[in-house]
Amino acid sequence: MSHADDHEGTRRDFLFYATGGAGVVVTGAAVWPLVNQMNPSADVQALSSIRVDVAGVEPGSQLTVKWRGKPVFIRHRTDTEITAAREQDAQGVEGMPDPLARNSNLAPDAPATDANRVMPSPEGESEGAWLVQMGVCTHLGCVPLGDAGEFDGWFCPCHGSHYDLAGRIRKGPAPENLPVPPTEWVDNSTIKLG
Amino acid sequence: MSGIPHDHYEPKTGGEKWLHSRLPIVGLLYDTIMIPTPKNLNWMWIWGIILTFCLALQIVTGIILVMHYTPHVDMAFASIEHIMRNVNGGHFIRYLHMNGGSLFFFAVYMHIFRGLYYGSYKAPREITWIIGMLIYLMMMGTAFMGYVLPWGQMSFWGATVITGLFGAIPFIGESLQTWLLGGPAVDNATLNRFFSLHYLLPFVIAALVAVHIWAFHTTGNNNPTGVDVRRDSKAEAEKDTVPFWPYFVIKDVFALAVILAVFFAIVGFMPNYLGHPDNYIEANPLVTPAHIVPEWYFLPFYAILRAFTSDVWVVMFASWITGGIIDAKFFGVLAMFGAIVVMALAPWLDTSSVRSGRYRPMFKWWFWLLVVDFIVLMWLGAMPAEEPYATFSLIASAYWFFYFLIILPLLGVIEKPLPQPETIEEDFNAHYPKAETPAE
Repeated sequence: MSHADDHEGTRRDFLFYATGGAGVVVTGAAVWPLVNQMNPSADVQALSSIRVDVAGVEPGSQLTVKWRGKPVFIRHRTDTEITAAREQDAQGVEGMPDPLARNSNLAPDAPATDANRVMPSPEGESEGAWLVQMGVCTHLGCVPLGDAGEFDGWFCPCHGSHYDLAGRIRKGPAPENLPVPPTEWVDNSTIKLG
Repeated sequence: MSGIPHDHYEPKTGGEKWLHSRLPIVGLLYDTIMIPTPKNLNWMWIWGIILTFCLALQIVTGIILVMHYTPHVDMAFASIEHIMRNVNGGHFIRYLHMNGGSLFFFAVYMHIFRGLYYGSYKAPREITWIIGMLIYLMMMGTAFMGYVLPWGQMSFWGATVITGLFGAIPFIGESLQTWLLGGPAVDNATLNRFFSLHYLLPFVIAALVAVHIWAFHTTGNNNPTGVDVRRDSKAEAEKDTVPFWPYFVIKDVFALAVILAVFFAIVGFMPNYLGHPDNYIEANPLVTPAHIVPEWYFLPFYAILRAFTSDVWVVMFASWITGGIIDAKFFGVLAMFGAIVVMALAPWLDTSSVRSGRYRPMFKWWFWLLVVDFIVLMWLGAMPAEEPYATFSLIASAYWFFYFLIILPLLGVIEKPLPQPETIEEDFNAHYPKAETPAE
C-alpha cells in the first residue's frame, strides 16, 4: 500500500497485474472445456450425408425423411401444383415476408422465385417437379403439415404459420421461408442430401 | 443489525454454552423461528409455507423417481411406464411429483399477487422481491426441463419450441441453440443435460429461498396494512407482533392441511387432469402434435410470446428502427421475458408512498384488472393461434405492460390514498374489538 501514490509503476504493480492477468487467462482456460463439452459431440457432428431413393414418390405425394435429426420434405409436385406455384410467383416475390430463396444450393441473395426454390428436374420431367426443403418451421421449429393452410402448401399447427406451394412463408409469425438443404441427383431416382 | 427488537437465544447449560461459543447454530434457528411477526397477517400470508412444503415434496419425490428413471431417448419413455406399472407405489409418487409442480406454481402465483396487492415489493423489501423473481425464473426452468424427461410428444415438442426461443436471438442465436441442445435438434444429448440440470436447480432454489427468508427477516414481514412494525422498543414491538412459533406455525400448518386435502383429492382421483394426453405418446421427431400447449402455469407467458406477429405495428416499428434485427420472432421472445422483467422492476416503477392496496382506491381497480388479465392470458395461451384469440392476446399482453409501465408510475402521482391506521395494533384491535390486551 505504501506505493499507492507512486505513479511511476513499481515492481509490485507489475507483479500485481501480471498475476491478475495470468489468473484471468487460467480461469478462462479452465472454464472453456466446461462450456465446450455442451457443443455437439463427434458422433453428432459426423454429418452423414444421406441418399434417398425417390423412385416410389408419385406426383402429388410427399416423402418425409430424417436428416441430421430433423425432417426433410421431398415433394413430388403435379403439373397443376407447379402451375399454381408459378401463379403465386406472379403476385410478386418482393412483397412476400421473406423475399429470399433460402436455398443452400444458390447464392444467399437469390430471390424467392419458385424456380429458385425447386431442384433441377431429372430428364423427362417437367421443370419444378421436385421441391426438397427442411420440414422445420422457421418460427420455433415445429413440423408443418402438408396440403394445408391458406396458400395450399404447408401449415404449422403450433403458431399458425402458412407456407405456399413453394414452401415460402406467406402469413403468420415465422420469419423465413422453409430452408432448402444441399441437394443433388445421384441418378434419375436418387437424391443426395448434404 | 436492524430488525425488530425481541428476545434472543441465551445458552443456559454448560453444553449449550460450549456449542454456542463455537457455532451459534441453535441461536440462529431460535431467532429464525421466534421472529416477531405482525399479528394482523391474513390468510394470504400462508403461501410461503405452502411453497416451502412444495419444494421439499418435489425434492423428496424427485430423488425417489430418479432411482427408477433412465435418461436415454430409447429408454426414458419406457422407464416412466416402468415406474407407473412395476415400481411399488411408483404411480403415486410420480403423480405426486407431477401435480406437486402444479401446486408449486399455483402457490407461487398466489404469493406473487399477494405481494403485488399489499405492496410487499416496496422499500425496504426490494431485495426480497428480486430474489423471489429469481426463484420464480429458476422454477420455470426446472419445471420446463422436468417436463422433457418423460420423453413424450409434448416433452419433445415443448423442448423444440422453447429452445427455439434462443435461436431467435440475433447473430448468436443459432450457435447458442446448438450449444444448448448439443446437436442440430432435440436429442439424447439434450435429454441428458436437462436431466442433470433438473436435478441441480431445486437445490439452487433451496439456497435462494434461504436468502429470500434472510432478506425479509431483516426487514420484517409486510402485513395487510403495509404499516411498519414499531421497533423503538421491545415493548412497543410486542404490541404489533407475535412470535412466528407457535402462532403462525399452527395457522400455516392448518392452511397446509386444507390445501393438501384438495391436493390429494386431485392426485388420487384426477391425477392427469392438468396434463396432456399427447405426453403418453412417445416422442417422435417427424410428427408434431396438432396443437402444442405448455403446462397451464406457463400459458400466460406463452400467450404473450405468440401475441406479437409481424403484422402488429409495434413489431413493424421495432423492426424498422433496428434495421430488421428485431423481427417478429425475437420481439415475441423479448416480450415474454420483458413481462417478467417489468414485474421484477415493480419496486421502482410504483411511485406511490402507500404500501398496501387496501388504502389505494384507484390502484385496487387496476390491480384486479391485472388479475383478470392474467387469467385471460392463461385461457388465450391454451387456444389455437387464430382469430379472434390473436387480437385478444395482443390486448391482454398490452395491458400487462400498461399496468407496470404506465399505471404504477402514474397512480402514485394522481391517486389520493385513504387514511391508514397509525399502527398494526390499531388495525388489529379494530378487527377484534374484544381483544383489548394483545395476546401474550
